[in-house]
Amino acid sequence: MITIVIIGRDGYREQLEVPININLSLMEVLRAAGYPVPGTCGGIALCATCAVDVLSGNENLSPALDQELDMLDTLPESNGDTRLACQIRLGPALDGMVIRLNGSA
Amino acid sequence: MMKAQENIETDICIVGAGPVGLFAVFEAGLLKMRCHLVDALPQVGGQLSEIYPHKPIYDIPGYPRILGQELVDKLVEQINPFRPGFTLGERVEAMEKKEDGSLLLMTNEGTAIHARVLVIAGGLGCFEPRKPAVDGLAEFEGKGVTYMVRNPEALRDRNIVLAGGGDSALDWTIFLADIAAKVTLVHRGDTFRGSPDSAAKVFGLAKAGKIDLLLHSNVMKLHGEGHLRELSVLTGQQPQITIPADHFIPLFGLTPKLGPIAEWGLDICQSAIPVEPSDYATSIERIYAIGDINAYPGKLKLILCGFHEAALAMQSAFKYVFPEEKLSFKYTTVYGINAF
Repeated sequence: MITIVIIGRDGYREQLEVPININLSLMEVLRAAGYPVPGTCGGIALCATCAVDVLSGNENLSPALDQELDMLDTLPESNGDTRLACQIRLGPALDGMVIRLNGSA
Repeated sequence: MMKAQENIETDICIVGAGPVGLFAVFEAGLLKMRCHLVDALPQVGGQLSEIYPHKPIYDIPGYPRILGQELVDKLVEQINPFRPGFTLGERVEAMEKKEDGSLLLMTNEGTAIHARVLVIAGGLGCFEPRKPAVDGLAEFEGKGVTYMVRNPEALRDRNIVLAGGGDSALDWTIFLADIAAKVTLVHRGDTFRGSPDSAAKVFGLAKAGKIDLLLHSNVMKLHGEGHLRELSVLTGQQPQITIPADHFIPLFGLTPKLGPIAEWGLDICQSAIPVEPSDYATSIERIYAIGDINAYPGKLKLILCGFHEAALAMQSAFKYVFPEEKLSFKYTTVYGINAF
């Protein structure tokens, strides 16, 4: 199990435990756990409804590729820590990461 | 400009000409039902043609690997014998139920489509402008706030504030610099990933005093009475400044939305249309939803599943098109394709 700390748009803070070998994107896991993350485009970095701000653990993520960067660039509310959860694949290195739901779209 | 009104009569109107909508024509054709397809995009293929025409797909049965556009081309070839009609580049705006149960659809260009059955194969929906969280934004929509530039002449000699950091924000800033009384570009960062040439031009215009460039800034609040007059901008940690603005144009790209379909009285759940898992019927009789736009327990957003849904939905729709006839199931290997 790895633990991800999730801060909601209205400030609630929760821990989500995720099996280590789940091989899903962070978007899929958030959506399955019932968070307000529509993931409308199905994970192809197109809708940005899964945008999250990574408050801690950014250094353990693989860098965003061009398609994700292009999308992040268009979002009204994004900063250097914003990522698309659909482009983040879960793995042991992500244990303890803290994210805030952004949902610019 | 409105084009001449067109009236179309068909058995089945399919909204969305992606792979699933296209294949529904085939399944309908086997049952002798005629189809008319409508899509907001100017070409058929939906996401496949628009987003990943050159990407290989690996999970189409019988094709170990096929490119998005190849699949679209093959689907078009496959449905050709059933001579579907197409209305492309138009968006279905309104849906009206007639007394006899049939449905009348109206597009934004005034095309009217009268059908016995409606199939919504809308995929992600329509792509609409992404709206920033700005106080008063909705209030001033159409009263100074627009999400695209339709008629640049209307902006001549006015105070224009643009927001965004993408190519369209840069391009419109450059274009409007010559026309408007004053152009201000508000950008939350300090770099632009868009075309380096456009970015250099914008920095040049700002240096020459031809535009105002506010970096590390966000538009916070809109003010005015009846029409937009000025807006507040927060730059870094400074107190907010207020600048005059006749027009505010946020340019933050497009995001898929359900669009007008959401207003037709269908049950909607999280931007998807819940359906009966047995035939993909929606909460309104004679309306089906297939492909990425529907939701039911165990739903997988796969082209393959959409094809299956198309087949079952068309079998179910038969009773509305041929109420007097009995549906008999036929294999194409036995009966072939009976073209129209």
